[in-house]
Parts: sequence; structure tokens; C-alpha cells
Amino acid sequence: MPLPHATKRRLITAALVGPASVWLFVFLVLPFIAIIVFAFGERAPEGGYQAAFTFEQFANLGARSAAFVNTLILAPIGAAACLIVAYPVAYYLAVKASPQRRLLLVSLVVVPFWTSLLMRTYAWMYLLGARGIPHLLEFVGIENVRLINTPGAVLLGIVYGYLPLMIMPIYVSLEKLDRRLLEASADLGAKPISTFFGITLPLSLPGVMTGVALVTILLLGEYLIPQLLGGGKVFFIGNALVDLFLQSRNWPFGSAIAVTLVAVVVIVLLVAMRIAWRVAGTRQVDLI
Amino acid sequence: MRALVTFVYLFLYTPIALVVLFSFNAGRNASEFTGFSTQWYGRALSNTFLMEALRNSLIIAFTSAALAAIFGTMAAIGMERLGARTRAVFDGLFAAAIVVPGVVIGIATLVALVEVFGFVNPVIAALWPGDQPPKLALGYGSIIAAHGLFTMALVTMIVKARIASLGRDIVEASSDLYATPFTTFRQIVLPQIMPSILAGFLLAFTFSFDDFIIAFFVAGSNTTLPIYVFASIRRGVTPEINAVATMVLIASLALIFIARFLMREKTTTN
Repeated sequence: MPLPHATKRRLITAALVGPASVWLFVFLVLPFIAIIVFAFGERAPEGGYQAAFTFEQFANLGARSAAFVNTLILAPIGAAACLIVAYPVAYYLAVKASPQRRLLLVSLVVVPFWTSLLMRTYAWMYLLGARGIPHLLEFVGIENVRLINTPGAVLLGIVYGYLPLMIMPIYVSLEKLDRRLLEASADLGAKPISTFFGITLPLSLPGVMTGVALVTILLLGEYLIPQLLGGGKVFFIGNALVDLFLQSRNWPFGSAIAVTLVAVVVIVLLVAMRIAWRVAGTRQVDLI
Repeated sequence: MRALVTFVYLFLYTPIALVVLFSFNAGRNASEFTGFSTQWYGRALSNTFLMEALRNSLIIAFTSAALAAIFGTMAAIGMERLGARTRAVFDGLFAAAIVVPGVVIGIATLVALVEVFGFVNPVIAALWPGDQPPKLALGYGSIIAAHGLFTMALVTMIVKARIASLGRDIVEASSDLYATPFTTFRQIVLPQIMPSILAGFLLAFTFSFDDFIIAFFVAGSNTTLPIYVFASIRRGVTPEINAVATMVLIASLALIFIARFLMREKTTTN
């Protein structure tokens, strides 16, 4: 007996989304449930996890407050620094650059982002290290400059690593901008500066929002840049997590921090979507 | 404005250019160029630990990208056929796979797998007839699985965007001409989404190949190239790493150019 058409259709759909569903469940949903359970447990004497139900781990979050404070200060500052550098570049690419050169210039912005962050951060480690820029400064008589392992080095690494990710969404929103509005503004006698603040900037805000949200969210979980350029002195939540899981093997406390980190990411995302909704009048935010 | 933009491009490319330049330095010194030499490439290529890490990375990136391309494309096609609410759940989960920090994905996978192994391994040991029961452990499988999560999300998003931009009329014309849905898929839809599947595969490969943090947690005793590079950077900067960095940069650039070329096809054929 042949299957009814609707049943057959449903079976095919299930077969198509089946493997991805299993994957998402086994490697995203289940692990996440596991770390929530772990966060309420206790550290086993020899490290790892032992079953319990206690809020102790969350009550103890203050023990890593330095990591939270660093992350919650440097992630938004890093995103703001990226924005300051990125906006003029995005504006130039979208408004000033000639259409023939635009494609090449945009590609040149995107390319570094797609190459290894480890290698690019390593490049700065090399430049900021004692044999890099400080060594060159000695030739002009400036001695004992220490660049690496400072908050400034981490901030520089952040701007370098995440700049392309900030430029792209702003560029996209500026590119979509209706040129006739700019002409109309000029025809009505507005100065370029008031056209910029009255039209260009407000219409590019959705892109700015996307860029700031994206960079902030990714920075909240950053590990490599503080590790390599901050030398263990400027550490983020990600660094605390690696330490807790791989060195001190305090899994329950690490899980509590991981759960808190995801909660912070979700809050930032919700706030960003709310602002974006106000700014653009739409609930749709394309973060990726 | 032009000067500022030029400065930003210099900022983006100077560090990379210096690493490439010093990979050809004859001496060990990282601040003065003492002559052209390819000796660090030779040393890198004859370093067995490094080559082992490279081989591991290639196997892992290829497998997880291939799985992602197959299952991710299937999911993108299947999601078209789902009801709005179920589709929203999938969209949310795929977005989570990308937005949740890698460090948390790594930890969560590690914790869950260790629990599962702790439960399954005694069972296997009890049921195994021989003396040496197989033991599940962290390694290739766990890295591929954890990478597969975000690479699949990536492929699904790229392919879904392409499917959404496909003209409905050509699909309808095909069925008006009595093609079966499978024939329509194979002859009309598949050729059109193929470039985005390939682009998704290449981007997934690059992401997996470059990933450090997730692999750092779930690699077990297997070393990938980023883990090896990270460990040797912490032991002290050596010119050999400049050679490795240069080779990795050139390889990922090549893949990215191919991927972007394939994605550009989609805009020109529209």
C-alpha cells in the first residue's frame, strides 16, 4: 500500500532535518544542560565534579570578579574603539570610493578577518615584544618602553582583530542608503555636515548597532588576545574558564561562570535587539 | 579622510607583512633582517610534531566541513518545508551555535562527553568479550563533533540565503513540464545552490582549521596546528613560527578567495 502523500512529505522533511537536529541536540542542547547541572554541584576532592545541589558556586562568583570586571569594561571599550576607527573607513568605502575600486577595497577589509586570529594576534605579540617596536624606539633614544602585557596592548589587539567585523555591517547600511536623500538635502541648502548628522548618520545606525553588538558579544568570550597580549595580567572571563577547567579542575565553579557568561551574552543580545528595534523600527536584526 | 583610510589599511596589513618578511630572515633576530633564507621553512617542514599537528588539523577540518556541507545543506532544504514555529526553533538553535562563545561550547562539550564516557565505558568493558575493551576518549571524534556544530550552522545559513533568493518560477515551470520533485531538485535547484554549498564547505574548512579555543578543550591528547602554534608561542617566539604563520595565512587566503569567488557567482547569476 503506497503511503499517503502528506505522510511521505513529512518523512522526507524529517530525514532532511534529522541529522542536523540530532547534532544540535547532542552537541548543543545536552552539553548546555550538563553545565547547568554542574554549576549546582561540588568540586570532587581530586578535581572534576561531584553531584550536589548548592548555590555555593554562584555565591562564589566574586572570587573571579577581576575577570568579570576586565571583560565587562574592556569588551564595550574595545567595541567603541573599533567603531571610532571603523566608521570613517565604512563611510569612505560606501560613499567616497569610486565603484571600480570599491570591490577591491572592501575585499581587502574582509580578508584579514577570515584568516587566523591566532596568527594575527601573534603578529602583534612579535611587534610589541621586547625585540619589536621597543627595540626600534631604543635607536631614537626612547628606552625601556614596555608595550606588551598591558591593557593597552590588549585593546590594540582587540581593535586589530575585530575591526573588519565592525566595518562590514556599517558599510552595508551606508551602501543601501538612498543617494537621492543626500541630493535632496543638498538641494534644500543643507551643509554637508548637517546632511551627515541629519540623514547619513541616523540611517546608518542599524549597521552601527549590528557591528557594536557583534563585536561586544564575541569579545565577551575572548581568550587569545588577553592571553597573548595581556600575558596573564589582563585576563578575561574566557581566561578564567580555561584556568578553572584545564588547570585547577574546578568544574562546578567553571560551569557557574560559563552559565553566567552565557546569561551576559543573552542580555547584551536582547538589549541590542531592543535598541535596534527602536532605531530601525524593525525586530529583525541580522547579526551574522 | 583618505589619509585616515590609508592608515587603517596599513594598520591591517603591516603586522602580517612583517611576519611574512621575517619568515625569510636568515638569523634568529626578530628585529633586524640579516639576509634572505628559507631555512625556517625547511625546519618547520621537517619538524615531525608540527607536521603531525598539521595532518590532524587537515583531517579534522576536512571531515567536519564535509559533514557540515552535507547535513547543513539537507537542513537548509528541509527547513523550507517546516512550519513557521518549528523553523524558528531551528533558526534559534543555529544562531546559538554561532553566538555562544567558543570557550563555552568547548567547555560544555568537554563536560558532557566526559560524563557520557564515564557512563558508557564501564558498560562496554562489561560487555566486551576480549581482554582489551575499546574505550571512548576525547580526540578526533570530539573535535569533529564540536566543530561540526558551528560549521553546520554556517553552511545552513549560507545555503538557506541562496534558496530564499532562488526564483520560484523556474521550479514551477519544471513541475509544469511533468518533472518529478526529485528531478526538479537534481536538475534545477541543486546546480543553482551548488556554488553556495561549496563556499559553505570552504568557509567551514577555514573556520575549523583556524579554531583554537574549542579544540583546546576537547582535543584530548591530539594536537591540532593552532594548539601546537599556541604552545610554541608560549615557549618563546621562534622564527619557525613565522614560517608556519606565513604558510597558514597563504593557505587560508587561497581558500577564502575561492569561497568568495563562488559566492559572487550567486550575485551575478541573479
